[in-house]
Amino acid sequence: MRLHRLIAVIRKETLQIRRDLASLLITVTMPLLLMLAFGYGVRFDVKHIPVYVYDRAGNQQSQDFLKHFQASEYFRIVKAVDDYPALIQALDSGACRLAIVIPVDFSEQLGAGGPVAVQALVDATDNNTANISLSYSEAVVQSYNQRLRLDWSHRHGLRTVPSPLSVDIRTWFNENLESTANIVPGVIAIIMAVIGSFLTSLTVAREWERGTMEQLVSTPITPLELMIGKLVPYFVIGLVDTALCAAVAIRWFEVPFRGQWTVLFLSCTLFLIVVLSLGYVISVVAKSQLAASQAALIATFLPAFLLSGFLYPVDQMPAATQLITYLIPARYFMTILRDVFLKGTSLPFLMDDLLALALFAAILTILATRVFRKKLA
Amino acid sequence: MMDHDTIPVLAHDLVKRFGDFVAVDHINLEARTGEVVGFLGPNGSGKSTTIRMLCGLLRPSAGQALVAGFDVAREPEQVRRRIGYMSQKFSLYNDLQVIENIRFFAGMYDVPASVLHERTEWVLDMAGLAGRESTITGTLPGGWKQRLALGCAVLHRPSILFLDEPTSGVDPISRRRFWELIHAMAAEGVTVLVTTHYMDEAEYCNRLVLIFQGRIVASGSPTELKQQAMAGELLLIECDQLGPALDLLQQVPEARHVALFGKALHVVVPDAQTGIPRLRTALSAHGIAVSRIEPIRASLEDVFVSLTAQLSGQRT
Repeated sequence: MRLHRLIAVIRKETLQIRRDLASLLITVTMPLLLMLAFGYGVRFDVKHIPVYVYDRAGNQQSQDFLKHFQASEYFRIVKAVDDYPALIQALDSGACRLAIVIPVDFSEQLGAGGPVAVQALVDATDNNTANISLSYSEAVVQSYNQRLRLDWSHRHGLRTVPSPLSVDIRTWFNENLESTANIVPGVIAIIMAVIGSFLTSLTVAREWERGTMEQLVSTPITPLELMIGKLVPYFVIGLVDTALCAAVAIRWFEVPFRGQWTVLFLSCTLFLIVVLSLGYVISVVAKSQLAASQAALIATFLPAFLLSGFLYPVDQMPAATQLITYLIPARYFMTILRDVFLKGTSLPFLMDDLLALALFAAILTILATRVFRKKLA
Repeated sequence: MMDHDTIPVLAHDLVKRFGDFVAVDHINLEARTGEVVGFLGPNGSGKSTTIRMLCGLLRPSAGQALVAGFDVAREPEQVRRRIGYMSQKFSLYNDLQVIENIRFFAGMYDVPASVLHERTEWVLDMAGLAGRESTITGTLPGGWKQRLALGCAVLHRPSILFLDEPTSGVDPISRRRFWELIHAMAAEGVTVLVTTHYMDEAEYCNRLVLIFQGRIVASGSPTELKQQAMAGELLLIECDQLGPALDLLQQVPEARHVALFGKALHVVVPDAQTGIPRLRTALSAHGIAVSRIEPIRASLEDVFVSLTAQLSGQRT
């Protein structure tokens, strides 16, 4: 390898990138836009579920009970209706996801010591949300029961008996159980995978399309010089993009960063090498910019989105799918990012994931130098 | 660099197949130091494929080629270091400035920093691009681009130069200027292999190689070719009905290779003495008025048409 030639390639690529302002702008704005789109668009939290009520009792006690629902941030009582058909229509049209019916004899039954059945109708087309709204409703009813019991004991002059057993819950790493804290670091991984491979997917294909490759391969340049020379400028852009994304995550979405910057930098470097080399390999094979960029998008976005643990935890996947995830570099990077951001895990505990990334980086860079042939056909 | 007794370009039974199609069919070739060898042939005859094999850009299917003494199939990198190549299509970076292209290719050829400035000046001067260093290459006129491409291909002062249709799409004045550059380099001992389909350019070459359907059908200096290749004598006929005359003469056994050249016909006959009266009678018998019929000196175009016509006849 000659330093002279390497520097010449790096300089040439940099000049071409600088001269193509539109593309340069895309490489900076696209990650930011994706960050905002994903950061705001993807939520696993269920909050403010729209609720319709049909209060058949219609007295102070039933209203008091409903206030418990209203007070919870999980529910939002949209409307009170006077008959069943209106409820059913609301569920059908999607105006509400939960409908609560309070029986006519609500107060009488309560006064007689119950039990009272309050009906909850749930739209379970989205089973996840349905499950969550049911357990939230139960929790609301539970706390209402607690209060009734207290009132009753108080009225009868009894001392309250404390519950013998209670769970003292402390949430770690994501204290407020905000899904943004989980999602946003994962979004960084997806964006880096997509942008990284996209950047390099065009670089070799463009030379074939414009015919400049013929002149280039007639010179003594080696495949290794060409690859490194082409990746270095995009590596710098990739690091800038990563820094931008991390800044948005921390400053804008207020995701805590508890780990070490060196670990973040190291993992980002390895992952960038992986995706840039992958894009380069695709570019060499495809020889057309359009085909290469599409292939790069599919090869990186889908696995990073579906199989990396971004959407579902890997250990909850079917066994066969779990095996496949071992082949997805984004899986390791996703783990590292979440751990570094939220847990502040230090280097020794992330060694396995970092080594896996390093292995992928090695394989793909070797492949990238091998796949390029200095021949025209 | 190269021994004085090494033949710069030597090809032996070079073959290139693409699937079933034989693009280059057992080509033997030799170019000596300081020679300008022209490759002539219609499109698709295998000129570019041959040059690409000699540059190590395509792997020969069979046969051997030595360039600067190195086997192009086994040691393509040694070959690349010693040659300059200019492809058929303009293939410098249009989005870079003139000077940036020069610097890039100087880097590719590992031109030492100590001579970089001098070489750059030399190329700018040779290509007539001094003062245009920071022009974006894509905005240069065709002829200037070609000179820049030549400049970038010779930055490392190669001893062998391969030029694939270097002047296609370039105006006549720029073409002439380009050939002056080629001759200047040949005078300094650079061996030049150049493909073209401009017949006037072929006259500039020391030696010509005519390629047709992947085979060399004739070679020699322009003068030799004109003498050897025409079996018989060439007649020029001017008459009033060119089309019918052409059809008619093709029926006359004595008239070989009848071709239309501008407003006249070129006809090859075994002997001018007997041929002229016979053709004249044949034409006037069909009411075609002949205004002129006389022997002429063959041009390269005649040679070319004559040879390709013979071969197409044989093969089909």
